[in-house]
Amino acid sequence: MTEPIVEIRGVSKRFTKRLDVAGKIAQKLGASVREETVHAVDNVSLNIQKGEVLGLVGESGCGKSTLGRVVAGIHAASDGQMFYKGKDVRGLRGADRRAATLAIQMIFQDPFASLNPRMRVEDIIGEAPRMHGIVSAAEAPDYVDDVMRKVGLDPSLKRRYAHQFSGGQRQRIGIARALAVKPKFLVCDEAIAALDVSIQSQIINLFMDLREELGLTYLFISHDLSVVEHIADRVAIMYLGRIVEMASAEEIFSDPRHPYTKALLAEAPRLDQRRRQFEPIVGEIPSPLDPPPGCTFHPRCPAATADCRKIVPNLKAGRAGRETACLLEHVKTV
Amino acid sequence: MTDATTDSAMTAAPLAKVETPFQRFRAEFFESKIATVALGIFLIIVLLAILAPWITPQNPYDLAQVTIMDGRLPPGSEAFDGYTMWLGSDGAGRDLYSAILYGLRISLTVGLASGVIALLFGMAVGLIAAYAGGRIEVLIMRIVDLQLSFPASLVALMMVAALGKGVDKIILALVIAQWAYYARTVRATALVERGKEYVEAAQCLGISQSRIVFRHILPNCMAPLIVVGTVQTASAISLEATLSFLGVGLPQTEPSIGVLIANGFEYMLSGRYWISVFPGAALLLTVVSINLVGDHLRDVLNPRLKK
Amino acid sequence: MTAVLEISGLKTHFFTHAGVVKAVDGVDFTVSKGEVMGLVGESGSGKSITGFSILGLIDQPGRIVEGSIKFNGSEIANVSEEELKKLRGNRISMIFQDPMMTLNPVLRVDTQMIEAIRAHENVSKQTAWERSRDALGLVGIPSPEERLQAYPHQLSGGMRQRVAIATAFLNKPDLIIADEPTTALDVTIQAQIIHEAQKLTKQTGTAMIWITHDLAVVAGLADRISVMYAGRIVEQGGIDDVIDRPLHPYTVGLLGSVPTANRRGQRLFQIEGMTPNMLALPEGCAFGPRCQARKAACNAQPPIEDVEGRRLRCFNPQRVAEVTS
Repeated sequence: MTEPIVEIRGVSKRFTKRLDVAGKIAQKLGASVREETVHAVDNVSLNIQKGEVLGLVGESGCGKSTLGRVVAGIHAASDGQMFYKGKDVRGLRGADRRAATLAIQMIFQDPFASLNPRMRVEDIIGEAPRMHGIVSAAEAPDYVDDVMRKVGLDPSLKRRYAHQFSGGQRQRIGIARALAVKPKFLVCDEAIAALDVSIQSQIINLFMDLREELGLTYLFISHDLSVVEHIADRVAIMYLGRIVEMASAEEIFSDPRHPYTKALLAEAPRLDQRRRQFEPIVGEIPSPLDPPPGCTFHPRCPAATADCRKIVPNLKAGRAGRETACLLEHVKTV
Repeated sequence: MTDATTDSAMTAAPLAKVETPFQRFRAEFFESKIATVALGIFLIIVLLAILAPWITPQNPYDLAQVTIMDGRLPPGSEAFDGYTMWLGSDGAGRDLYSAILYGLRISLTVGLASGVIALLFGMAVGLIAAYAGGRIEVLIMRIVDLQLSFPASLVALMMVAALGKGVDKIILALVIAQWAYYARTVRATALVERGKEYVEAAQCLGISQSRIVFRHILPNCMAPLIVVGTVQTASAISLEATLSFLGVGLPQTEPSIGVLIANGFEYMLSGRYWISVFPGAALLLTVVSINLVGDHLRDVLNPRLKK
Repeated sequence: MTAVLEISGLKTHFFTHAGVVKAVDGVDFTVSKGEVMGLVGESGSGKSITGFSILGLIDQPGRIVEGSIKFNGSEIANVSEEELKKLRGNRISMIFQDPMMTLNPVLRVDTQMIEAIRAHENVSKQTAWERSRDALGLVGIPSPEERLQAYPHQLSGGMRQRVAIATAFLNKPDLIIADEPTTALDVTIQAQIIHEAQKLTKQTGTAMIWITHDLAVVAGLADRISVMYAGRIVEQGGIDDVIDRPLHPYTVGLLGSVPTANRRGQRLFQIEGMTPNMLALPEGCAFGPRCQARKAACNAQPPIEDVEGRRLRCFNPQRVAEVTS
């Protein structure tokens, strides 16, 4: 197996709400305040091959967006390491560090909040390439035009401001901004969730075209299973900060192994099912502030055993060689 | 990339020309007739104040031009030098119309100068607090809270008592009384903006922290700052008037509006109302017009009220 | 089948500074007892405004300019506030996308539910409390007595939406309008909510209008469907007819662009162009600029007609092979 372009090992990300001076005093006086820690991402390891699309699927609180931001370099991991082209990113300095930063870019969910309302489109797209010397100030206007055309925007609109564009166009501006620094790897964080249905397919097609044209690699984060099934090569399912199953797209959708994956697929509404009886799994998604002990899914799992409450299952190959984080799947086959 | 996709993105919103945020803001501002009139009145006041030396018959600060013989004359009387005192004269013989305009110069200068300096200082402090976080932020914000828990006039009084009289010292006192409002506003806005995705995008693109603060975050903090600025300027003007009224502001020889009102106070009961009332009316008009403008600015700049 | 709701020629326009937005421009449909009508469309389609219009919840600068809304035979469009208040929460209820809109954040759940009952019926607080508790139990909320004492912010999104549904069903209305109630919820929670809503409508025979942009949800839930575009209904009929054999190019496009309708890894079928600008609609068919089947006739407004067992607003319907396989 060739070296993966991005690899993360044992990455965790915790957000701790520290007590301020008043809180510390209150605590000393016996009040029941305590530091709250959200275990957004818990011991996740992934490797992503060049040119592949890895889908990351999960519901709210599962940590997929946080993981995406760790990969994109916006958050620093609390534990674990991240490797870009085999080198630990934390050890990089100077030009290497900058190259790694620019190589991994992110496309955000909200096409309104992700663009600076006070900047013209030509500056939104052109600022970073000019700053990093990718193009000179003289070359910049033509460069911006090229990038805009690549994402399907009319270059004559570049002097406008973000609020003058529709949601789909704004998302294209965001993609152009990322492409302008010649990245190798794109983290798409629910990049189409906020768009109208008829625009979503346009943007999905744009992603697929860019992948072919520019040889990009994607970490595609979404809660929408049908989109991930279409675009991804491999899929990782996340629940409360942990990866519970990882397999190729075909395997996951035709033969899900983890009870959560099965529930997710069973409950997603599908066009070809009419007047169906929805039979949902019970229970709420637990709060990441207070995850259940053992397997985080056990309170809602129809197949949970006594062990599931105590032992944290790791992600490893179980039955049929499929990687899951489920004790039942890890039962040794004869 | 197919032509179809390019076409699909070609037609943007129906605005044919580039509409800067400023043009949009300007159009929305002038929708309110009250605010437009208020702005007009304020600009006229400023204009009159600037042109004071040329449009007044008398320089009330030039003691050679002032004579006690002209004192306490009712509006419309004729002065010793032959011109008409349309608004009457005060106890020392100053033509009120001239005195008000000259006084406005001082009041406006002090108010605007202290407003601007307080804004710059408060903005810097607020940004530092938002960025440094941790103990520095806590320390700064507690000082701000402490400062804000005192009434501004009390702080100003204390400062003037410590610093003494004079225009520059008054400005300093007013700056000290006001900077905290700006600091708190900027810190809150900067924290909100910092959490927004376009800032995360800038971080992802490797843009330096200082550039993010000054080129990305700061321009988006200006809106609430401007609103606070207008209201605070009005407040500074009336604060200065208060100090002068109490006798601890500007000296008698360079009377600002507050001093004029103070001087005229003793004449109220003897029926010579004009000595206090006209300067008071001028002050009222100035402060109210600024407040109306600031009020409408707040509505226009508030994204939540946008339809 | 008795018609609970009959809308004909409904027009709700907004008179803004920038111009007149014809958010709803000539909508007809009927909902019968026990039926679920899916109202599907994207932003600017007018689906939510239609829902609000039924309950008279349109604020300035908008108003219902034309049309009739008949509820159980009586006209309710543009009737007085007094009349509408008697209907709201009582005979017609609404569930919103954001449960914080339905639930008052400063009142406890029991206060709000009891208020909803006693606004329309003269019963004791105790009776109202018991009915509220039972309603919460019906929507699958565990330990309803505890939940009754909670404030909305103490409940999760899914829980709040269940409370909203329970409140909507409290007075046993004849019609429930659900405006994107599951759009903001996760898949597993969405399934729960749809399950509860389905169960309750079957039990009580309540008619339901489910407004959404998600065709897959509508496919699983609705009996009939109306597809809206730029303020008008473009296709309307039985769920199987419309989803398996769509005729309007927009419906065809929507169904065709869903990833499951395309081969894995291939480019998706896409509808070109952007969502319509309601201030600058074209002269003829509103979908014209984006339509692959456009012809010269489409420069005129197509009327809605009966075509192949459904209502269709199109001069050039597209008969494609079975879209969903």
